[in-house]
Amino acid sequence: MFKRWKEESILPGFGLSMGYTLLYLSLIVLLPLVGLMIKSMELSWGEFWAIVTAPRVLSAYRVSIGTALFAALANVGIGLLTAWVLVRYPFPGKRFIDGLIDLPFALPTAVAGISLTTIYAKSGIVGGFLDQFGIKAAFSQLGITIALIFIGLPFVVRTVQPVLQELDPEVEEAAASLGAGCWRIFRKVIFPELLPALTTGFALAFARGIGEYGSVVFISGNMPMKTEIAPLLIMIKLEQYDYAGATAIALVMLALSFLLLLLINLLQWKFARRFQA
Amino acid sequence: MTMHVTVEGLSKSFGRFPAVKDVHFQIRQGQLVGLLGPSGSGKTTVLRMLAGLETPDAGDIRFHGRRVNHLLPQERGIGLVFQNYALFRHMTVFENIAFGLKVQKRSKEEIKRRVEELLERTGLSGLAHRLPHQLSGGQRQRVAFARALAPEPQLLLLDEPFAAIDAKVRKELRAWLKSMIREVGITSIFVTHDQEEAVEVADEIIIMNQGKVEQQGTPIDIYRNPETVFVAGFIGESTVIENDGRWKGFENPLPGSKALVRPENVEIGTDKDISLPNAAEKGIVTDVIFRGANWLVVVEARDSIITGYRPLDKELLKPGDEVLVLIHRLYEFNDQGMQVRENGAKIDPMPIYI
Amino acid sequence: MALTDTPVPTAKPRAAHRTEAPWVRWSLIFLMMAFLVLILILPLITVFSEAFNNGISVYLDAITEPDAWAAIRLTLTVAAIAVPLNTIFGVAAAWAISKFRFRGKQVLVTLIDLPFAISPVISGLIFVLLFGSHGLFGPWLSEHGFKVIFALPGIVLATIFITFPFVARELVPIMQAQGNQEEEAAVSMGAGGWRIFWKVTLPNIKWGLLYGIILCNARAMGEFGAVSVVSGHIRGQTNTMPLHIEILYNEYQFTASFAVASLLVLLALVTLAVKSIVEWQQRKAETHGG
Repeated sequence: MFKRWKEESILPGFGLSMGYTLLYLSLIVLLPLVGLMIKSMELSWGEFWAIVTAPRVLSAYRVSIGTALFAALANVGIGLLTAWVLVRYPFPGKRFIDGLIDLPFALPTAVAGISLTTIYAKSGIVGGFLDQFGIKAAFSQLGITIALIFIGLPFVVRTVQPVLQELDPEVEEAAASLGAGCWRIFRKVIFPELLPALTTGFALAFARGIGEYGSVVFISGNMPMKTEIAPLLIMIKLEQYDYAGATAIALVMLALSFLLLLLINLLQWKFARRFQA
Repeated sequence: MTMHVTVEGLSKSFGRFPAVKDVHFQIRQGQLVGLLGPSGSGKTTVLRMLAGLETPDAGDIRFHGRRVNHLLPQERGIGLVFQNYALFRHMTVFENIAFGLKVQKRSKEEIKRRVEELLERTGLSGLAHRLPHQLSGGQRQRVAFARALAPEPQLLLLDEPFAAIDAKVRKELRAWLKSMIREVGITSIFVTHDQEEAVEVADEIIIMNQGKVEQQGTPIDIYRNPETVFVAGFIGESTVIENDGRWKGFENPLPGSKALVRPENVEIGTDKDISLPNAAEKGIVTDVIFRGANWLVVVEARDSIITGYRPLDKELLKPGDEVLVLIHRLYEFNDQGMQVRENGAKIDPMPIYI
Repeated sequence: MALTDTPVPTAKPRAAHRTEAPWVRWSLIFLMMAFLVLILILPLITVFSEAFNNGISVYLDAITEPDAWAAIRLTLTVAAIAVPLNTIFGVAAAWAISKFRFRGKQVLVTLIDLPFAISPVISGLIFVLLFGSHGLFGPWLSEHGFKVIFALPGIVLATIFITFPFVARELVPIMQAQGNQEEEAAVSMGAGGWRIFWKVTLPNIKWGLLYGIILCNARAMGEFGAVSVVSGHIRGQTNTMPLHIEILYNEYQFTASFAVASLLVLLALVTLAVKSIVEWQQRKAETHGG
């Protein structure tokens, strides 16, 4: 007996809401994606490969992916620390700080970009300080990484926070009664519970960082082969009306994005199954 | 016999709410004690202070005469069992039980030996490599128990250990826990709000109400000789009736007092099957409730509602029947205190003189 | 008189026992604050300090200058079109997803999450590939005199693409958590679809909806990467505020650039404030029983 694709429901409006949703999605999302696919088929495999493996392009991928990776890793540490303190320790101004965590999410990327550049340039507060040690912050890959740390912070904090909040205090108390000190309790009892959320947060921050443009394009200096990011390269090709080149580079990035999205979904599904009550 | 646990003048408030008020008690080595009371009576707070999870505002806690107020839970040599098991979700049964042993830095062989011994004792032998979510509630609680016992603690503390378990499994688990604790011989204190559980399992019961200890004694003691109105009403099912001298056999009451009556002390029957008709009152049945082991009969007599038990083998009663109500014993109480009174009319009305 | 029924004042829910020493706690708090000041608060302060660097009159000039004003107008226009459309979509999608069970729901949810996974530049790119002069519809459009790319429609489309998930993502968890019971009760009493929505559902989701709209608006007004690709950067005509900020910055007019930026920062802060209010309202609703 063939299964219905939709369960019976007494609530009205399915047709209307679903219909509008699908229409909207088709026009806004599916149509452009189809357009992308059609355009990309204008390229032969050989042409595609040549574009994508050009030295400048490869360098741009390395910069984008490398900085995003480091930034996401840094965010795992900083984000965990932040979520931990916010959830477990009372201190004055906590509510305010908690609200502020979403700032990178609500702030326009360009504003973040110019602001961070001002701070980390040689003439800036932190940039000047670092310059004394010979460390170049703005206009280097370090600068890009710092910008991506700003962008990715909420992703880790907001995925870890709910998990920390839901932790069963009795489990920690049981561990204490068995003689475990606070460090052992963290390592053996708490951290394993956080690992799924940390991994998801990392993947989200990483995915976001690879494609980031606005906050990076000011602080990076955009030096080809050194601090040029992949999205900028796409932009440059478009300005030169090299649609084929832009499309090719974009396709590789899209493939990477989809892979990451898939990975995130898989991780969430796997961890949900493992801890079924 | 040595006093294992001594509590003196223990008090704790949460904000303005006084959870525990000046509590004193002593527990002997090897005893199984139940901390019994309704919600909010402070029993769980007392247990948590014994465990070191809460700090007392005032008072002393001593284990074997040694003051332990300042010791962390890690340092008290206790085992803790929680209502919701609190097992480590991502560790196997084996790893859960071994946890305390690893902290004690025992050797791998020793850990293996002890864990297997405990698995055997708790009837979990085949389940060593399962994860908690693959176990039933009763199995999980047994793992929690094994885990708490593994590092050989001095004192076992259990916080409503059966509250989250299905009713049928609960009875088996209770009996199992009692025999297990006997076998191991460890001093144990468990918190419960279920008086049936406390009476069945504990050697001694400490009843608490609104932060204070009402009475401490064996289950029979508490049952037979309740020291306060609260205890008399909490144990068993009871009703309160007017005590102005209206009841046969209970004339000359204390002025301003009421009476507490237990159904097991009330005999309800027809004039054919009542034991002492001259000491009984007339009444009308308002409700008859089947209890499995007996009937609970609700009767209206002398403008009061009284409940009594009636054995299954006696003639069936139904609402509207006229019956006789014989109160064998009641507990008379006023502001000052409480006393037991036997029915004074329970003498053979027709002495036979030869 | 029932002896065991005396009402008991309820104690506060207890906090778990903390094993770590106070010095550990305070060190962690201090460390976290140090990171956050560096990463979050410093950029925030910088915008305002740079904007007012040369005094208030320079600040006001920068905002009211014709090109800046045109950029503000354009940004507001784009938002005024994109946000309502995305709101309707968000409500419709949230209704379909949370009230019904059907196959392919996960695919739908993933599609809605798509813009988060794609670089904004690529989001702009796909519209150029469709409507640009060398795009799929390019020749047809120029024949008929329609300009999409390098004009308002392109900017609106790119902005819609980037921001359409926000309202839906905000509403779906809320509506899923609230369940269908109230709506089903309304149906059983004979209420029709629209009445159910307006009278039953909407009041329950109003705070989440408000936040979703405000967030969608903030992101729409602040979108940079995608709009950068489709706009053509024609000063005074196709520059939104973020693009205008970029131009000023690249021309070394730092104070003016930050002045315009400060407006968007204010908008971001308002967005965060609304989020706090929404969460406070939701907490209130939970504790007063629902």
